Amino acid sequence: MSEKRQLCLSGKGVTKVFGHGRKKTVAVNNVDFEFYSGDLISIVGESGSGKTTLIKMLLGLTSVTDGEIFFMGKKRDIRSRKNKKEYWNGIQAIFQDPYSSYNIFSKIDTVLLDCINMRGGRRFPIKKKIEMMREACSFVNLKFDEMTNKYPFELSGGQMQRLMIARIFLLRPKILLADEPTSMIDACSRATILDYLLKLRDEIGMTIIFITHDMGLAYYVSDSVYIMERGKFVEYGSANEIILNPKADYTKQLLDDIPKINNPWEFSRNRRPAETGAS
Amino acid sequence: MKSQLKQITRSSKFMTGFILIFVIVAFILIYPLFNPGNPLEMIGLGTFFRPGTYVSVYDSLNVQRTYTLRLPEAAANRIDGKLSYDDRESMRDWLIRYGEQEGVAGLTYEEIDTYDVHALLALWWEHYTTDVFIEGMITADRRLVARIDSRVERIFEDSDIILMMYNYETGEYEEFGVVTATDYVNIREVANTIWLPLGTDNFGRDVLKQLVSATGASLIMGLIAGVIATIIGLTFGLLSGYLGGIVDDILMFIFNLFTVIPGFILLVLISFAIGQEQRGMLTVAIVIGVTSWVWTARSVRSQVMSLRNRDHVNLSKLSGHSLPKILVRDVAPYIASYVVMAFILQVSTAILAEAALSMIGLGPMTTEQATLGLMMNWAMNFGAHLIGAWWAYIPVVLVIATVSFALNLMNTGLDQIFNPQLREG
Ligand SMILES: Nc1ncnc2c1ncn2[C@@H]1O[C@H](COP(=O)(O)OP(=O)(O)O)[C@@H](O)[C@H]1O
Ligand SMILES: [Mg+2]
Repeated sequence: MSEKRQLCLSGKGVTKVFGHGRKKTVAVNNVDFEFYSGDLISIVGESGSGKTTLIKMLLGLTSVTDGEIFFMGKKRDIRSRKNKKEYWNGIQAIFQDPYSSYNIFSKIDTVLLDCINMRGGRRFPIKKKIEMMREACSFVNLKFDEMTNKYPFELSGGQMQRLMIARIFLLRPKILLADEPTSMIDACSRATILDYLLKLRDEIGMTIIFITHDMGLAYYVSDSVYIMERGKFVEYGSANEIILNPKADYTKQLLDDIPKINNPWEFSRNRRPAETGAS
Repeated sequence: MKSQLKQITRSSKFMTGFILIFVIVAFILIYPLFNPGNPLEMIGLGTFFRPGTYVSVYDSLNVQRTYTLRLPEAAANRIDGKLSYDDRESMRDWLIRYGEQEGVAGLTYEEIDTYDVHALLALWWEHYTTDVFIEGMITADRRLVARIDSRVERIFEDSDIILMMYNYETGEYEEFGVVTATDYVNIREVANTIWLPLGTDNFGRDVLKQLVSATGASLIMGLIAGVIATIIGLTFGLLSGYLGGIVDDILMFIFNLFTVIPGFILLVLISFAIGQEQRGMLTVAIVIGVTSWVWTARSVRSQVMSLRNRDHVNLSKLSGHSLPKILVRDVAPYIASYVVMAFILQVSTAILAEAALSMIGLGPMTTEQATLGLMMNWAMNFGAHLIGAWWAYIPVVLVIATVSFALNLMNTGLDQIFNPQLREG
């Protein structure tokens, strides 16, 4: 890994505490991290370990109880609405549950139109907007003409998540936070979603922070892996280091939970859906 | 959306409530077409006329054709009509006292049936006399009994009544007709008749006509108060639930304040402070709305609290939408069904609040329009319940109960549709 790599998102002592007194929950406990541009970083941990809370903080959707977050090397300041909008131009997310990611009362087109508007396309002629939406849809192999005038609940979970990727395609952020984007959908769609994510990454060259509870999946796709246990990062390093030479007990335990058939790591490593060549 | 509409029409509870309200509203709209005019017009010079059909005596005497009928029941009806139940009680009272004093057997309470007029009259004619001085009877009672006796004497007199008319030219009375006890006229041929299904009230006003217009007025007041309460409650609930933090703390403090002080007491105090002159129907409706939003605000708040962490709201934020846009587009539709339910309940409670407020004399001060509460208030002030004029207040109570029952039924029906756990079977 070269020295010139640029920090895009980092944090120092980031902490999140819910509630107070006896009902206090420390969801994220004093974590430090350094995410580099162009990498695909996985955060692995079992459910309840604070992954979602961490990315909500990274997105600026929840307040940070303690600690600092740095965006592009500078201390993040998103107190004003203008700054927030600016920030969200550079950092976007795909959430865990596609079924609750859509407003069931608005048609699907509005999701994509919002993205075009956000990227300064508010005044575009309607024809151009439709062309952009069609392009985004075809990127994830959805037929735009079948999508218009549909409500979200008329789509399958896989289609919904693909549409979320189309949304990112239109927004072109520098950083994408993907919070277990495949955990709520069926196994067949899972691989395609991953494929599209990686294809999108190659297309617009963004950093992906990929949250998962699946160690195997993290290994296939990521450059570096952070292991999270009960709000703390217990281990981090490159995918190879972590998988082949785990130090923390928790990591070993996670690795043991993956079903393997005679040393599959070497084998699968060669079959990664896309090579990570961005850095 | 469509399937929910279908479910609504299938919900028997909702539909029952809806049809009840529909019938009431239809009646309010249609009745004035058949019985036009001012509902508060005083048609009677007197108070609390019983329900029934009223025929102009003068006109019935002037009807061209009269029919001579010999009806078997007629005599009995006339006796019933001339001898009121109170009179019969007085007669029995006298007979019992007489029996005790003179030692006449067969004159005890149980043996005198005041409903059997013929037997009573037989006993009366056998025993009544002014010669005996009955001890313990006050003079007024004695005179009353004497008056009854003279009336009883003439009960079976069916001599003809001669009608005279003053002649202005000669200055004398001239006979122009004779009416006998067996003369009848067709009610259709009498020029002036009026049907008062619910009689008249203390001012001699048609109760049914007044009730129809009062129900309409109360519904409108309920709607106005409901809209105001829902708008305030929705706004505060949305803001406090969505924003959280200090805004929520401040608003919660206000909610708690309004919850701890009973709404009705607040309502009474404000209405009293406003003063008599300013208290029109609109003012009272506004005051009711302004004091009853807390309940809506609280429930909207808790709904919004669970919504604000939903991912579609987060995504909307990430798309750079402003707070009002998120509230209107991403939060409000999810609680819309709930707000409709809350609104229906608000209308119902507002109608009850108006009735309660008017009962204690703090309702709208108006002489142009009756409301359900005002009708109750008038009935109470003029002692309808003491006189036994049930028609002046029982129908009002029934209408209030029906309207509120129907609205609550609609609410329960909707609740079962939107909260499937509550569905039976
Ligand atoms: N809004 C909240 N209020 C209180 N506790 C929360 C809230 N959100 C998450 N938590 C708690 O924080 C912890 C981490 O949750 P989360 O970040 O969702 O974990 P993960 O995404 O890894 O499954 C959990 O114990 C959860 O109960
Ligand atoms: Mg999670």
